[in-house]
Amino acid sequence: MRLELVGVTKRFGALVANDSVDLAVEPGEIHCLLGENGAGKSTLMNVLFGLLHADEGEIRIDGDAVTFADPGEAVRRGIGMVHQHFMLVPVFTVAENVVLGFEPTRRFGFLDHRKARADIRRLSAEFGLEVDPDATVEDLPVGVQQRVEILKALQRDARVLILDEPTAVLTPQEISALFEIMRSLGASGRSILFITHKLKEVLAVADRITVMRLGRVVGTTTPQESDESALAAMMVGRSVELVVQKGPANPGREVLRVRDLTVVDERGVVVVDHVDLEVRAGEIVALAGVQGNGQTEIVEALTGLRPLRGGSIELDGSEVAGSSPHEMIRAGVAHVPEDRQRDGLVLPMSVADNLVLDIQDSEPFARFGSRDLAAVRANAEQKLGDFDIRASSVDVAVATLSGGNQQKVVVARELSRPIKLLVASQPTRGLDVGSIEYVHRQIVAQRDRGVAVLIVSSELDEVLALGDRVVVMFRGRIMGVVDSSVDRDTIGLMMAGVVESRAATR
Amino acid sequence: MPDQPGARNPAAPAPASSDATSDATSDAAPPRPRRPWPAPLRRLVEANVAVVTFLSVFSALLLGGVLIIVTTPAVLHALANIVSSPGRALGVAGSTVGDAYSAMFTGAIFSPSSLGHAISTGHGWTATLTPISESLVSATPLILAGIGVAIGFSTGVFNIGAQGQLIAGALAALYAGFAVRLPIGIHLPIVVLAGAAGGAIAGWIPGYLKARTGAHEVITTIMLNYVMLNLLNYFLTTRPFQQPGQSNAISKTMPSTARLPHLFGSGLRVNAGLVIALVLVAAAWWFTRRSTLGFSFRVIGLNPRAGKTAGIDARRVTVLVLTISGALAGLAGMASLAGTDYFLSSGYGGNIGFNAITVALLGRNRPVGVLLAALLFGALEVGGRNMQAVTNIPIDLTSVIQALIVLFVATPVLVREIYRLRGTGDGSIQLSTSGWGG
Repeated sequence: MRLELVGVTKRFGALVANDSVDLAVEPGEIHCLLGENGAGKSTLMNVLFGLLHADEGEIRIDGDAVTFADPGEAVRRGIGMVHQHFMLVPVFTVAENVVLGFEPTRRFGFLDHRKARADIRRLSAEFGLEVDPDATVEDLPVGVQQRVEILKALQRDARVLILDEPTAVLTPQEISALFEIMRSLGASGRSILFITHKLKEVLAVADRITVMRLGRVVGTTTPQESDESALAAMMVGRSVELVVQKGPANPGREVLRVRDLTVVDERGVVVVDHVDLEVRAGEIVALAGVQGNGQTEIVEALTGLRPLRGGSIELDGSEVAGSSPHEMIRAGVAHVPEDRQRDGLVLPMSVADNLVLDIQDSEPFARFGSRDLAAVRANAEQKLGDFDIRASSVDVAVATLSGGNQQKVVVARELSRPIKLLVASQPTRGLDVGSIEYVHRQIVAQRDRGVAVLIVSSELDEVLALGDRVVVMFRGRIMGVVDSSVDRDTIGLMMAGVVESRAATR
Repeated sequence: MPDQPGARNPAAPAPASSDATSDATSDAAPPRPRRPWPAPLRRLVEANVAVVTFLSVFSALLLGGVLIIVTTPAVLHALANIVSSPGRALGVAGSTVGDAYSAMFTGAIFSPSSLGHAISTGHGWTATLTPISESLVSATPLILAGIGVAIGFSTGVFNIGAQGQLIAGALAALYAGFAVRLPIGIHLPIVVLAGAAGGAIAGWIPGYLKARTGAHEVITTIMLNYVMLNLLNYFLTTRPFQQPGQSNAISKTMPSTARLPHLFGSGLRVNAGLVIALVLVAAAWWFTRRSTLGFSFRVIGLNPRAGKTAGIDARRVTVLVLTISGALAGLAGMASLAGTDYFLSSGYGGNIGFNAITVALLGRNRPVGVLLAALLFGALEVGGRNMQAVTNIPIDLTSVIQALIVLFVATPVLVREIYRLRGTGDGSIQLSTSGWGG
């Protein structure tokens, strides 16, 4: 099946999310759609999948113009989509999830479980998707859950498969496995539209690459004709530094000393298991690992957001375990939370208010419980300039800013008071290349100013680029501490829980 | 602000107004954006809020009219003969509804004839101003309790216990009233503070329970309403509270030093409670917009997780919000007691605590909005009494209208849908709805 988008334009009010986009996917092709967040990739895919309707332009399948009133129609015409956030029922089995909504039935409406299982076995074997049809989805690793999503699409006979940022939650090994699957799907004549902003992945797997910027297609190329810096320049519209410029670390005194830290989650499951960790002034320690292996909880414990089950946290020699978030802030801990919209910002509030969220009740922003709005504004005006935050005014809601500028608001706020320790979780998640560059420079600048920095990231590139030391976590434990010059495969294996001792004692 | 040339600016809302909101108002000069919304979007939303509220009131009155028609035997009788004498049927229906609503108006605001008389003769001003005075008296506790509920709502705390807190405040104020003998300048402030304190304690309990145990405030405040109601009934039969020589559950009366003074002479019941309410409207505005505590309340209301990350103690906020909310409800109970009633009886407070919830919703949790909503509800209440006296239409109609207003306000989609549908068929209504900004 040949899929074509011709002159697709989608507007939201005055914002043109897609500006006469042309895109053609040939049968059997792995076609990468590359672009920064906000470039219009998701809008385009939603148009293609029938979730949004184009204002202009058309979708053609094998040369015939088609319109999809809803996703159901898109599915019937052979388009499948694997969303970034899986749409699976956790307590159902793989087979039940795969047939959900299109259940094969026997007489009198009984579910035909046997046929469902057989279908899955057949598809699994055909494309190398190893999945047990009877496993319960919630027991499966994320990478396998993703295969279930792919199976769902295949079971509905998808000829074009849209994968929306499929690698965000995977280990390097799982990513390689996914790429194998994608290639075998391509070999069977199915096409794949692979949406991503990761350059390495694009070059590894794509047959053709279409780059979008600000709602427009800025070019189509192939991995053979291109390289990382060329693609990055196309995405951003200018040349960018892909390597973090930083000198050697100059570690000083031990600022953070964590001993035997144990944290449990809401269900009482141990998620941080007797962790020891130290961060010195003037060094960046990167906490690496696949999401959900205890990094989030360590950060919450360090910032006072989550109670400890046991262990100690010393900040500059004094015990701070059990302190409240307020006390941690006062003690000089800055926190860039992993989800800025959920934990870092109050979206309907103004940029100015968000810039003082944690210090609004202290001088000069307030006196005797009364806020000094002029001081709040003046502070915001200054921060807009210092941190290159692009907002039309300090009074607009922070929700109206782009992701990169929202993150700069968080970073600006956290770095604008005296700090000893900077804890930054996924500091560049979802940001465009330009903003990533900027945030990285700020983090390195803090290190060089003598701040102890702890970074949590699931992006291996970021971990290796920023970290002076890399601490790898798996299932709540430290798998090992390595130098950032170690090769990616070693860290990848450690992230997957393999070669614990060898890597640790390297 | 620094204006970078060529800065990509996703926030610039300015050009969005013309084509995104072509049918909406964009004529007024853009005011300087103070609230965190892009200006055109904000105007649109605010215009719609005002429009929807107005249309909700209008629709409720319209449906109230229908209700009058179908429940009045004389009208139904006339309507039964609509084929033989359609003019008479419609005339009866129209005049019945018209009489009812004009009785409501003259009972709540003023009667034009009485006003004319007062102007021409210079006498009878008290009688002329009595309806509006009564409406203000009726609105006073609604304003106070409504602000309390609104502060809770905007912080994400659902205080359904204004009724119980109001009773607690009234009980405390009553006790402070008869237990001591002091000159009015000292006694009255003590009574006022006692009212606030009584409500604050009743509000603090569910706040503490929530912060300590996670018990949901909706449940605990509702249940505390029953506790307070029965506590009141109990106290009214105990020696310190009960009126001597009475076997009924009626309290002692407030001495004159514990009464809120009338503002315009003894003929009009409007009293200093209204002044307290208006001062607190202004205070609530300052609190939500300018105080650090109000700011942290708003943060917790809008995004509790971000608030916690920023070091705001959400549990402390919960306790404080419910305490403040309760104090305002307590003041409402005090204002009725010390302003107009002067004694307590069983079932005191009627529905004020529950109407306060409605008023807070209708006023969109903004202090001035709550003030306007409370005035409307007070007027409906007082007007309804007059309507019942003059036309024999039961005062329950008022409750129905109040409930319908809230129903419409809560379903703005319905309101817009109704008026769009009618608008396509009837030019004049379409004209007027677009004139209202819809």
